Amino acid sequence: MSYHIVVCGGIVPDPLQTLEPVMGPAGPSLKNESMLPAVLDPWAAHALFEAANLARNVAGSKVWLVSLGPKAKLQQVMMTVAQKAPFELVPIDGPAGAFTDPVGVSGALAAAIETIAGLDRQRLLVFGGWESATRGAGATMQMVGERLGIVDQFQGVDSLSPRDDGSFEILERIEGGRHQVSVCAGPPALVGWATGSLAEPRNNPQVGMANMRTIMPALQKARAANLQGSPPQFLSVTLPRQQRSTKVVKDLSTDEIARQIAAWINGD
Amino acid sequence: MSDRPVLDIDIVCVGFGPAMGGFLTTLSRSGLSPNVICYERADDIAFGVSGAVTRARGIRASFPDLDPSEIPMATRVAHEKVLYLLDPAGASRRSTGLRLADRAIGAVRLARHSAVELPYTPPFLRKDDGLLFSIGQFNQWVGSQLIGSGAVQIWPGTPVSGPLIEGDRVAGVELPDMDVRAALTVVGDGPVGAVGRRLDERFGLPPGHHPREWAVGAKMVIDLPERVDLEPGTVFHSFGYPEPEIFGFFYVHPERVASVGIFVPSWFRCPVRTSYRYLQHYIQHPYLWRYLEGGTLRSWGAKSLAESGRRGEPYLAGDGWARIGEGSGSTNVLTGSGVDEAWTTGTQLAEGVVELMKDGRPFTRQNLEETYVRRRRASWVEAEGRIAERARDGFHRGVIAGLAGMALAGMTKGRFALGGEPKPMPPIAEYYRGRIPADEVRRIQRECAAKGTGAHDALMERAGWPEIACDGKLLMSLQDALLVGGKVQAAPGYPDHVRFTDSAACEDCDARTCVEICSGQAITPGTGAVPAFDREKCVYCGACLWNCPAGAICFEAGAGGLHSAEN
Repeated sequence: MSYHIVVCGGIVPDPLQTLEPVMGPAGPSLKNESMLPAVLDPWAAHALFEAANLARNVAGSKVWLVSLGPKAKLQQVMMTVAQKAPFELVPIDGPAGAFTDPVGVSGALAAAIETIAGLDRQRLLVFGGWESATRGAGATMQMVGERLGIVDQFQGVDSLSPRDDGSFEILERIEGGRHQVSVCAGPPALVGWATGSLAEPRNNPQVGMANMRTIMPALQKARAANLQGSPPQFLSVTLPRQQRSTKVVKDLSTDEIARQIAAWINGD
Repeated sequence: MSDRPVLDIDIVCVGFGPAMGGFLTTLSRSGLSPNVICYERADDIAFGVSGAVTRARGIRASFPDLDPSEIPMATRVAHEKVLYLLDPAGASRRSTGLRLADRAIGAVRLARHSAVELPYTPPFLRKDDGLLFSIGQFNQWVGSQLIGSGAVQIWPGTPVSGPLIEGDRVAGVELPDMDVRAALTVVGDGPVGAVGRRLDERFGLPPGHHPREWAVGAKMVIDLPERVDLEPGTVFHSFGYPEPEIFGFFYVHPERVASVGIFVPSWFRCPVRTSYRYLQHYIQHPYLWRYLEGGTLRSWGAKSLAESGRRGEPYLAGDGWARIGEGSGSTNVLTGSGVDEAWTTGTQLAEGVVELMKDGRPFTRQNLEETYVRRRRASWVEAEGRIAERARDGFHRGVIAGLAGMALAGMTKGRFALGGEPKPMPPIAEYYRGRIPADEVRRIQRECAAKGTGAHDALMERAGWPEIACDGKLLMSLQDALLVGGKVQAAPGYPDHVRFTDSAACEDCDARTCVEICSGQAITPGTGAVPAFDREKCVYCGACLWNCPAGAICFEAGAGGLHSAEN
């Protein structure tokens, strides 16, 4: 069975930048947000890489990327993302900051998925990040699935393995660093990815050029987001307080890393 | 015949910086619609490094209504001062002449906060009515307009391996996985760019030209403490500290942010010339520290600067190719200005290209010389570049001679200057003669190598430089700065872009300046004769390339590097 894989992935300010929340007349935002370099949300990026890998391994599959963000910024980010994997972009022109709530965002994403021409719901896998670099509630993807009527949902997924009978096996993270193994009879299903196991692919200009043939026209036709529901009211915004202690080492075992982190937390 | 995939376009561009910004901005307004693609090595178009204070003549010509408030961190130059910094640490290597001058300054109580504010800023240094900005934010501002226009494609995260050379013609560029063929290849990949260097190797340099003078520019972007009320647009240029050969700058951006940095030049004949350590001493100079103490590091970066200026100018055009920007010798070493000059060379090439396209003429060497090079030769970039050509030669004879030579060249419009020729770097033991016994130098080197580190910190402290009292906010180890302020990232899956090509030369090398100069501590002593390289720490400053006396370092284009839009 081949798949129609729709990846939901917003753009976020490059986490390596200096991010400063400010309160403006229209509510909170990030200082100079429009001028901050942006990247595909790292959680969603894992979902995209897994989708591309699945599509490559299962003949006849296809990938769409549904992305919510300011159109101009989306265009800029796509110059990099488009080099990573083949996909068709479904852009939604709207805010990319952290200050939209999952209800509105999930509504916009689900509505955009509904409009994808030729999408076969019997082959549909909706991928996204289990979490998000900006919307950390872990709720958006679940609501996207509910709005689309997809009842088979898996969150914190590290692996999806198709089986010969059309079903697939899924590993979901559970406490204790272990996985829960599930078998899903088949699409439609929604998968909120953790980190998966794939490295970020190298940029491939050929893939980028091929993607751009559909991305640029899609961006020109991008619709404005309709973020449903009452916007949340923010009383104040601050960055998490950080306590930093840096040590650059390589080739440590996971046990040793865990031991050192625990020792640091305990103040040893 | 290669079986690599091929993309055919009209114009392929290498490197997105100020020069390419000028080129693409001008071209995109021409009304023509050639198929243009620009490939940028860094992961974003905003990840350039330069502390830019500029007269902005060329930039303003392109944007007559430019409002600096549209660009974060940009403002107009408000005040400029030139400072002579005394040596409060007592560790700087000053000549007898400078020591006498310092004593005289002390005797007449001329100094305030261990610095003398020069009463006069020479006209050639002044940036009256100029702009002060972050090159990263400026590139972002220009690039986002270009991408939004749809007239050109700019692909970040795409290192270009080299030019496609066919006979005496350049037919495009090689990417890691494909070839891009184009009628015109525009090279603006900076002073250490792989494509520009390959062109130099293939076509040589014009007679008498040589890129022999370099510098590492290292800077910090700092949130100033709330007590500081320096006016945005305040500019300090400095010399004298941490070493007499090291120039420095302090620029105040809007919203209490400062760019503070130094230039470590190739004529500073110290084999342990780590720019980061010197920058830490620089910001703690009492004149600057009264503003910076309590500040917070936002960002940090380093780059090589082509300090030969016009005298390092390569051939500017050939059949199917043209060069613009810093790698084309546009930097003015007398005025200390490069961004505006680079931008202007880009606009000049675009005007020439548009002229040729409208006339239906091909991009031959002759046609590009008649259009682009002719414009450049007739411009202020050329006129001022000629004045600056010999301005810094005196520094090869010493700092006082160098400063006198600069003043002489500046005041006489380049008619007179003091000459001087580069000298080889002394062995470390010789450099520290009189301060550290030779056998102790060797012991320190051995001990540091065994720990896998450079020797600069240990040697500098043994020579009298105070330890850096890290506060975790502004003063921190380079390893911390790489994560907190340097923001270095390297995507997996790429080969090392720095390779050591002659192990015998490494075996014979005493100084290992490549290790000491490395801005990101990406090059370390290694376990054998050949140093080790960690691409995850490389900030692409390229200093290893020109600091290897044997020329045994291969520095190629690669992915990753700095992730800061504020440098």
